[in-house]
Amino acid sequence: MENFTPVSASIGGALIGLSAVMLMAFKGRIAGISGIFSGAAFAEPGDKAWRIFFVIGLIAAPLVYSAVTGAMPAFEMEAGWPLIIAGGLLVGFGTRLGSGCTSGHGVCGLARLSPRSLVSVLSFMGAGMVTVALIRHFIGG
Amino acid sequence: MAKSILALIAGLVFGLGLVISQMVNPSKVLAFLDILGDWDPSLAFVMGAALVITSVGFAVLKSQPKPVLAERFQFPGDRPIDAQLATGAVLFGVGWGLVGLCPGPAITALSVGGVQAAGFLAAMAGGMIAYELISSRLARPAAQS
Repeated sequence: MENFTPVSASIGGALIGLSAVMLMAFKGRIAGISGIFSGAAFAEPGDKAWRIFFVIGLIAAPLVYSAVTGAMPAFEMEAGWPLIIAGGLLVGFGTRLGSGCTSGHGVCGLARLSPRSLVSVLSFMGAGMVTVALIRHFIGG
Repeated sequence: MAKSILALIAGLVFGLGLVISQMVNPSKVLAFLDILGDWDPSLAFVMGAALVITSVGFAVLKSQPKPVLAERFQFPGDRPIDAQLATGAVLFGVGWGLVGLCPGPAITALSVGGVQAAGFLAAMAGGMIAYELISSRLARPAAQS
């Protein structure tokens, strides 16, 4: 547990919560990233612009962070290309089929005590942990 | 205009949260999911802190008549827990465990993760497009009946 970073994790989490509250307070919408991103292409025409601006803000964040701190955030990809593509397809399809991801179900849904979101979070956390366990400790290593 | 700026700021704040918490780093996420290895529980603190702020914020907002820039609060309705919900979540979880990126970090990583992040995001968009094609095809006969 030498890489345990509870302080920065909590600060980052608080900002995510702040963003979710902002979006609901001003726009009346749930900060579910998979839904916002998908809707930037597939939502009704009048419901697209704010999604695109939200996505631009997400992409700009590391650049703002590095302008302020002078360092780019770390990014270490362990997966090779076949897993990157397979993982991307599963995340995209799964989050739409299951109506949400870590933000929509994991933050906004659990904050509303939604039973559906609890089922979702337990399912994707469990599946993620089993997948990592299989890859790291049973198949490869 | 105000809505666009608000959405941009909300996206920026969300993205900074992902950067500061290191959720944008796939290796950090996999260390959280690796409960049988050298487990790093940091990301539980991300969700915990986000939940505290969001729970309090949503509770306060529910006593308000409407959002500042919109007609009404769009909280999701009470839909049943079904196989589609659980199946989708499991597929998402497997993809998350294979790579270490969920949708928010996948988008934010576009400006730090080079071609690997771009490849993942393109595949994720492909998965979403596949869902739209399949669900609209399935919905069509039902809509006619």
